Formats: sequence, C-alpha cells, structure tokens
Amino acid sequence: MKHLLSIDDLDRSGIEELLDLADHFTEVLGRDIPKVPALRGATVATLFFEASTRTRLSFEKAAKALSADVLNFSPATSSLSKGESLKDTVLTVQAMGTDLMVVRHAAAGAAHRVASWVDCGVVNGGDGAHQHPTQALLDALTLRRHFGKLDGLAVAIVGDIRNSRVARSTLAAFVALGATVTLVAPPTLLPVDMSGWPVNSTTDFDEVLEGLDVVYMLRIQLERGSGPVLPSLPEYVDRFGLSRHRFARLPREAVVMHPGPMNRGIEIDPEVADCNRSLITAQVSAGVATRMAVLFRLLAGKRQP
Amino acid sequence: MICLRDALVATPDGMVQGDVLVGPERIERLGGGRAETDLELGGAWVGPGLVDLHAHLRQPGFEWKEDIASGSRAGAAGGYTALVAMPNTDPAVDAGHRARFVADLARQVGLLEVTAAGAITLGRHGQELSHLDELWSAGVRLFTDDGDTVADAGLLRHAMEYLAERGGVVAEHAEDAGLARGGHLHEGSASSRLGIRGIPALAEEVVIARDLALVKLTGVRYHVQHVSTAGSVGLVVEARCQGHQVTSEVTPHHLTFDHTHTKDLDPAFKMYPPLRPPADVEALKKALAEGLIDAVATDHAPHAAYECEVPFEEAPRGVIGLETAAAAVNSALDLDPVTFFTRMSVAPAAIAGMGNQGRWIEEGAPSNLMAFDPEAVWVPQRFLSKSENSPFRGVKLRGQVRATIFSGRMTYLAGA
Repeated sequence: MKHLLSIDDLDRSGIEELLDLADHFTEVLGRDIPKVPALRGATVATLFFEASTRTRLSFEKAAKALSADVLNFSPATSSLSKGESLKDTVLTVQAMGTDLMVVRHAAAGAAHRVASWVDCGVVNGGDGAHQHPTQALLDALTLRRHFGKLDGLAVAIVGDIRNSRVARSTLAAFVALGATVTLVAPPTLLPVDMSGWPVNSTTDFDEVLEGLDVVYMLRIQLERGSGPVLPSLPEYVDRFGLSRHRFARLPREAVVMHPGPMNRGIEIDPEVADCNRSLITAQVSAGVATRMAVLFRLLAGKRQP
Repeated sequence: MICLRDALVATPDGMVQGDVLVGPERIERLGGGRAETDLELGGAWVGPGLVDLHAHLRQPGFEWKEDIASGSRAGAAGGYTALVAMPNTDPAVDAGHRARFVADLARQVGLLEVTAAGAITLGRHGQELSHLDELWSAGVRLFTDDGDTVADAGLLRHAMEYLAERGGVVAEHAEDAGLARGGHLHEGSASSRLGIRGIPALAEEVVIARDLALVKLTGVRYHVQHVSTAGSVGLVVEARCQGHQVTSEVTPHHLTFDHTHTKDLDPAFKMYPPLRPPADVEALKKALAEGLIDAVATDHAPHAAYECEVPFEEAPRGVIGLETAAAAVNSALDLDPVTFFTRMSVAPAAIAGMGNQGRWIEEGAPSNLMAFDPEAVWVPQRFLSKSENSPFRGVKLRGQVRATIFSGRMTYLAGA
C-alpha cells in the first residue's frame, strides 16, 4: 500500500489490520516515554489547504511519536497566496525530501490528483465532501474499543450527509466491519442518489432512536453550503438535533459520537456532548494511534535505518 | 488538381465507387484524370468536408489556449472544412467588426472556412441585446450566448422576434443557472458518491421547454447546442412534430462516455453539460442515428495543460474534439457513410447557412471535401491544437481522416 486515499481502498481485513496496529500504538502512547524510533529519518509533510485542528495536530503528533520529521504547510503564509499552483506546491515540498504527504483540500479528488503527480506516498486528510479515510478508521477504532466489535451494531449518522466526507467514509468502514447504518437528515441534506449504498435512510430521527447502539452526529457545515438549504436553523435543531429529550429515549447502553468541531446547541446539546456516554474525546485520542498506524503501514520498511 | 483514386464517394445519389478529380474551386468530375497530386484511397470514404457548429477558437482573448491558426490546423486534421466559432471570446463577438475579425483572420490562415456565431446579449452579460443588426450584416447566421443560457426570457423573446424576421438561428446553451449552481458533474449516483454537487438533467430540460414555448410564440429557427439528455431529445422531437424549425446537435464525447467515467476525477472528463448516465448515452446515439438529432458538433473547448492540473472541481469546463470527432462518432455508432456525412457535414452546413459547405460530391460542387478510412484503428496521443485536454487521449478509435481538401487545396494529409 503506497497511498491511503479512500476508505474503499481497504477491505474488512485491511481495516482490521490497521486497527490492530493502532491498538499496539495506543499501548505505546501510554508509556512513560510515548515515542518509538520506527520512522526515524522519514519526513512527513502536512499540507492542509483547508482549515483543521484535530486532523492536522494528530497527524503531527503521530509522526513525532514515530520519530519522523514533520514539515508543516499552511496556505495563508505560503507562496500559494502568491498564486503558486497546487501542483507546483506539492512538487516543491516533494523536492525537499518528503516521504509522505498528508493532504487536505476543499475540492473532491484533490489527494488523488496529488498522488498522480508525486512519487512519495499520499494520505487523504479530507477532500471536499468526498473522503476522509483516517476519520473512518479512528471512528471504527473508537467503537471497537468500546463494544469489542462492530458486528450487529445499529448506527445512525445524523445531519448534513450530502456535504459530509466523514459520512461517506465512516459509513463505509462501519458497514465493512458488520454494523448496520441508517442515515438521518432532512431531504435537502441527503445525497440525491444513494442507489447502491449499503445503508437505510430516513428523514425522521425520532422513529429510529429506540433501536440504536450508536448515534453519530454530524456538524452543520455552514461554510460548505448547508445553510441555504435549511429554511430555519431552529427547525433543524428541533427535528434533527440530539437534545436531552432524544438522548433520554436512546437505549441505556447507546453511545454518542461526533467528528468535531461541534456546533454546541445546534446539532448536539452541550450536556449530551459532555456526558459519560459520549465518545467524542475518545475519538480524538483514537485519532493519534490510528494515524500512527497509517503512517507506519505506509512508511515502515521504506526508510529503515 | 488533386485526384482521389479508388474511393467510396458520397454523391447526391448515394455512395459510388470510383475516382474524384478535384479542381481549385470546383470538383471537375467524378472519375479519374491528370492531376498534380494523386491520392490512392483503397476504398476509403470521400465526402463533403466536415462542418462543426460549435468550436471555441479562443481568439481574441485566450490565445494561450488556442488561436484561429492552431484551431484551423486542428480542424483540418479532423476532416473539417468549416467551423462556427463560438462568441465567448474576450471581447465577446457582440458587434459586426468582431465577427469580421474572426472570419478575416481565418481567411488569412486559409485552412478552412470560419464563420463567427454572434452573442445574443452585449458582452454575453444577459442584460441587453447585442448588435444583432451589425452581426447579421457581417454574415452571422447563428446567435448564442454559449457558455451561458440567456436567463431573461423577455430578452430572449426580443432576440427571437428580431431574428425570426431575418431568418437567423437562435442557439441555446441550455442550463438553468439555479438548478446547475455549484455543480460539476451529472447529478446522480456518481456525483452523490463523490460528494460533488451535481447538475441535474432538468437543468437542461427546463430551459429547452421554456425556449420552445418562445419558439412557438415567435416562429424563430431554434437550435439546441450539445444536447445531453433523453428528455431534451424528447422535447425537441415534440416541437418538430408540431412543425417548428427546431434542430439540435450532440458532441462526440456525449456519445462515447457516461458519468461513471468521471469516477477518477480526471479533468479531461469535465464538460458542460456533464456526462450523463448510460441510458442517456444510448438515447443520444439512437436519436443521432435516426436523425432526431441533426448534427454532431465538437464543442471543441481548449484549455492549457497547466489550467487542468488542478482538482476536478477547480478545473475549467470543456474538452477539445476537432481532431477526434470523426473517429469517435464512427467508433460509437458505426453509421453508414451517407448518414455519417449527413450528420457531420450536410446538416450542420444547412443549419449554419454555409452554402459552399456540406455539398454532396458531384461535378461542379465546391472543392471542400475529406477522405475517411472507417476501418483504420489508431490511438490519439498528440494534438495539433494548442491544448491537449482530450478524454480520447489513449483511447483506441476506429476510423481515421486520410485527407482534407479546402478550396481545392490539401489542408491535411495523414502521415505527411
């Protein structure tokens, strides 16, 4: 495996192999000195053409925990602001001696394009509303740690499915590992044509609440255009928000997830977000070990000292 | 004089085996004779030079993508002897002198006949009528704001009323801006999976439906550019059955590829209208074969390589097509030669009002013709166009242009 561009690049055993590796790195991260020399001498560049907190920081932390060097790039302070193209930018970063690039971009397919231009490995850190494979892996890892396995779990992914790369990748990982997934959204935020998707969908959140093991809330992405298709945000909150009332109707063992960043008080009630059945901070923690697993898998053996 | 030997010749009476003696202005005769140049064709088709209703030659304003000289070379290599140049240049062709500039420059290049299409609205801004009177006097017969729909139905109505009296053709790039907003692909399973906003088939069909209502009101000749859906074909056919003068064109890429070809997000497959589902492709092929769609038009839309080295959503729309059109159509449809030349030359010449083009081969017909070997197999790799944004690059095609003759001059010879 040279690149990780889409969760569809992995089958069930490919995903499980990475999750097993992530479990191992979780143990590493718990040590007094949470660092191993596995990727010493390798250089990882994080190229985030779109804003990020979690993904970028956790890739950086993951690379450092594996003793790799990290090059950071941010568009505002780069020559991109002088009009340098995406292609010239990534070729420049490669020319400095980069073994792997993590690319986030607002346009779908950007990481695939970059992979076609460079010789080094590429990890898709999110491309438009298309894919975010490491998010899918860390979500699967979080659930596997909590429940032991995903087989038979009933999951609802709720919110702006149409504009969500998280929904597209995470649902694929969950289904590959044996969960059943229902997408819940107003009609304007469901994908237009879901023929062939291995999921159910509904516009009625309340109808599915009582049978769920996992409620996965998505952020309303006002910057990606989910605003104009909603006649009113209060109505959205009323029909699709995870309120305390809805939370109370969930089975007692059910858990809550959210990829972050949250709009507290919109898609999720602040108390629900912080309650002891919320896995939201566990997702963030799982992100570091997951990304260590991905980096190790793509780079180990290539730059052994 | 050029003598084309051992050809299958497209005459007014159908296909005839034999030779053609081509003089400097007119075809001397069907049959052999002494000539400076002899071309042995081994049974290849000879017919009227192809006519493209829809080419973006990019001059003036975008010469790094293409210019009239390079576009003419590409056209000649594709078997074309005439092109209609789209008016979305900078400045737009919205006045008489701008149309003359394009035609004059093409005349100096001398590789094929170019007539400019005129913009319907000033600057293609959709706000007020262009100088339709001047454009008409400059020889413009086809009017379009190609690249954009004329959104204002009231304005379009006035253009139609004016041009109906003159006998001009209103051609529409049919795409409702609201329904298409933010879209880069056909709205369907592929766009949903890729998370890219889609352009629904309806974006095209609602504009055609609106326009046809105005056609019924004004009686203007109306032409649908690059039709892409089965529903659009149905609307056109219905209007024709009611006796209205409505025609349409389809591009080679819409006859060849469907929206699943965009799965790798290669910008060489980004075109507007977008590639549609397989059922639409089949409907377009059937409609072209049966004549419900009148003409093949390339929508040749060059963009520099560096402009296309970006993610799909940021890539410019459109692909080149002049050099691959004949082969692509022959590969997709396997038309008989009479139908092939009708859709590629005779019908588009009639729509564009080009009297010296699209004439079946006979004594005295203008010396604009092309030779095409329908069985030759080749793989396009390099192009004479300044740009290389082709979805057919690396695709095996059947049928190859052997030679193109414009005004009695050999403007292209394969392998030369």
